[in-house]
Amino acid sequence: MSFLNHLINGVSLGSIYAIIALGYTMVYGIAKMLNFAHGDVIMVGAYMCFCATVYLGWPPLAGVALAVVVCTTLGVVIERLAYKPLRMAPSLAVLITAIGVSYFLQNMALLIWGSSQKSFTSVVGGSPIQLFGGQLTIAPVTIVTIVTCVVIMVVLTLFTNRSKAGTAMRAVSEDKGAAQLMGINVNTTISLTFAIGSGLAAIAGVLLCSAYPTLMPTTGSMPGIKAFTAAVFGGIGSIPGAFIGGILLGVIEIFAGAYISTQLSNAIVFAVLIIVLLVKPDGLLGKHISEKV
Amino acid sequence: MAMLEVTSLGISFGGLRAVDELSMKIEKGGLVGLIGPNGAGKTTVFNMLTGVYRPTDGGIRLDGQNLIGKKPHEICKLGVARTFQNIRLFSGLTVLDNVKTGLHNEITYSLAESLFHVGSYRKKERAMNERAMELLSVFGLESVADYKASNLPYGKQRKLEIARALATDPKLLLLDEPAAGMNPNETGELMETIELVRKKFGVTVLLIEHDMKLVSGICEYLYVLNFGRLLAEGTPAEVLKNPEVVTAYLGE
Amino acid sequence: MKKVMQKFRRYAASKPGRDTLISFGIVIVAFIVMQVLLSLGMVSSLLESLLVPICAYIVMAVSLNLTVGILGELSLGHAGFMSVGAFAGVVASTYLADTVAFEPLRLAIAIVVGGICAAIAGVIVGVPVLRLKGDYLAIVTLAFGEIIKNIVNVLYIGMDSNGLHFSLLQQSFELAEGGEMIINGPMGVSGVSRLASFTSGFVLVLITLFLILNLINSRAGRAIMSVRDNKIAADSIGISTTRYKLMAFVISAAFAGMAGTLYGLNYTTITATKFDFNTSILILVFVVLGGLGNIWGSIIAAALLTVLPEMLREVGDYRMLIYAILLIVMMLFNNSSLKQRILEKRGMKQMEKLEKAEQSGKEGA
Repeated sequence: MSFLNHLINGVSLGSIYAIIALGYTMVYGIAKMLNFAHGDVIMVGAYMCFCATVYLGWPPLAGVALAVVVCTTLGVVIERLAYKPLRMAPSLAVLITAIGVSYFLQNMALLIWGSSQKSFTSVVGGSPIQLFGGQLTIAPVTIVTIVTCVVIMVVLTLFTNRSKAGTAMRAVSEDKGAAQLMGINVNTTISLTFAIGSGLAAIAGVLLCSAYPTLMPTTGSMPGIKAFTAAVFGGIGSIPGAFIGGILLGVIEIFAGAYISTQLSNAIVFAVLIIVLLVKPDGLLGKHISEKV
Repeated sequence: MAMLEVTSLGISFGGLRAVDELSMKIEKGGLVGLIGPNGAGKTTVFNMLTGVYRPTDGGIRLDGQNLIGKKPHEICKLGVARTFQNIRLFSGLTVLDNVKTGLHNEITYSLAESLFHVGSYRKKERAMNERAMELLSVFGLESVADYKASNLPYGKQRKLEIARALATDPKLLLLDEPAAGMNPNETGELMETIELVRKKFGVTVLLIEHDMKLVSGICEYLYVLNFGRLLAEGTPAEVLKNPEVVTAYLGE
Repeated sequence: MKKVMQKFRRYAASKPGRDTLISFGIVIVAFIVMQVLLSLGMVSSLLESLLVPICAYIVMAVSLNLTVGILGELSLGHAGFMSVGAFAGVVASTYLADTVAFEPLRLAIAIVVGGICAAIAGVIVGVPVLRLKGDYLAIVTLAFGEIIKNIVNVLYIGMDSNGLHFSLLQQSFELAEGGEMIINGPMGVSGVSRLASFTSGFVLVLITLFLILNLINSRAGRAIMSVRDNKIAADSIGISTTRYKLMAFVISAAFAGMAGTLYGLNYTTITATKFDFNTSILILVFVVLGGLGNIWGSIIAAALLTVLPEMLREVGDYRMLIYAILLIVMMLFNNSSLKQRILEKRGMKQMEKLEKAEQSGKEGA
């Protein structure tokens, strides 16, 4: 029964990684950049929700809404101010700028909220569900997390494949120049991508802190790195890849922690990533692009 | 025995048959053209000869030695050097260093000598400089030796690429559209240089070109490729008369 | 004498010569100035405590520049090699505490051991990693950095009269009477004798500069740069690209290990978490801001950016915020159209000069 318990916890943690990884993968697909500040947007989202519910006494859903709105705006503003001027610059320059943005957000949070941990109250109330005569306990937030992830995944897939804006996104990620010639507004499309990615990060932040209720300025970094790993794992640029990569990563992490060693669970996660990349250098669902000679 | 023997060479990319049943024989010291319309598979042939692609079938022998399955740098050591259609220089290095890099396997010294600048370092570096300047002077590039390669005008970049290939002391030199992007004057000059290089360095040359008039001037023998298959071969005069070649070039 | 001057002038005019002179010049002048200030008692204790870390970070930055700037592969796990070097060096220096009494020699041996262990780690990481390309390579170096951190974090090494004892995850050995723990899992090492000094750091920086600049200006260095500029062309002229990639990566790791030993032996306690992803990024920032492939740029950036946050202590809580903003602004400026135009102008000038020379040549003929 503990196996099932770990599995459910793994899928739930993986769902959070998957939601964050979606943001990474969409931004990478369209702007070809590693947005290292993405993890810190998660943290901002969690703080927003925390402030709204604890300081202002808003209902949880309103807190989530505020977090989404703030993060969406934040994502668009970051892109406009810090990344847009570097669109022609070497990818390393963009990476360092993203790191600068990440430091900025963390230290901004440090100034505003201080370095002490805040204990986050879960946005999902209710008591744990007992199954099999109490042998299996599932927290409501676990279920909500998994369901949210699946819903986001389905909506996002429909959006990119069916809607006009989604098609524009795919076009821009294939070939910016050609997309522009076809009358697609590249700037708007990139902004939209950042908006969606950051909005998702807000939701992920709230879910993350509901499941693991400690909140501090560096809360987003490690989940950010792992979600990024998940995106690469699944094949960066691929939306289903991010989903599968995220879930697998969460499951591996929980199992490694439960059956091998909690101290080494991160090492095992990264070791699996390395093995996957050596066997499939473009990730599980990534497209292979070879250089033309 | 021919220097380069290509037998029934073929390669598929997925379902696409890019080159099929290609056989060629090139004698030592020859200047041979590989021509054909765009997309005929000429560069793909070069990529197979130099180990960039592994052929799906057929054989390649250089002086009787099998080249299939060898890595590009091993093939270079066996004596095949090339230039690229889209110029591939070491853009961060100077013109001189580009050629010195070409001398990598010609004049060698150990890693310890590299790190400590001891032993034969000075002597070998001087020898490299001299040899590289010699090669640059063949192409009239000695005055720009200290320039960054990426700052050279297009025509000079093409020449530098040939100089770098020659630095590896090849038996067989493969030139991929050496005259692309040049004006008629420059082209004429380049063709003369190629002739000169062939005599001076005793190297066998196979060159790709899609301008037929241009190659017929200097090449002794031509292979015509169309849709990955050998359409015709022979002396320029024979090939130019071939109705199939004319059709392939001018359309029906 | 005149001949020597002439030779020197020609050397200083060439780009490799200029880079070498500037690099050594900066380091030697800075060392002398600091020594004078130290003897006058004009250095704050804060800055004094930063001198060895600055040396270690300079070596880290120069070595990472070999991977990122010269080889052209992005590495996000350089701190991992620093960690290997730090802990290996601490073990070596503790182990040799009784046999080698002369401290500078013990430090030198520890640094060599640290470098060798990091080089071995470099081979283990490099062989699989260098098969990948671009961002995938970067993420795998990040992964290896984290793995190294996690493993060191659960490593137990103790020493007694029977020699060294190792175990993973938990201390599974008993030490004989008088034995001591060197690495104690997540607690790291403590009670290390601080062997590192500013002078030893200075010497290590000089050795690093000497070897890396020599390497760049050699056959092997050109091969490494050719792989960076165009892998396919490098292959086509007979350069084994895998060999030179691995060579650059391992040399880079070895120097990171040496820097790690120097750094580790500057503190009485260190833990594995010190060498995490953020440290790797910090070093990368030095390299990028100093200029890819620019060795003296790395030196200046490493020194300034190590001192800067400390100097900004005056502004208290705002210091890291200011640091972040400076970082972003510098990157934006570095890639702005303004700087681009200056660079283009320089390139154009060379082209123009060339055309003019050709025209006058033709007219002369």
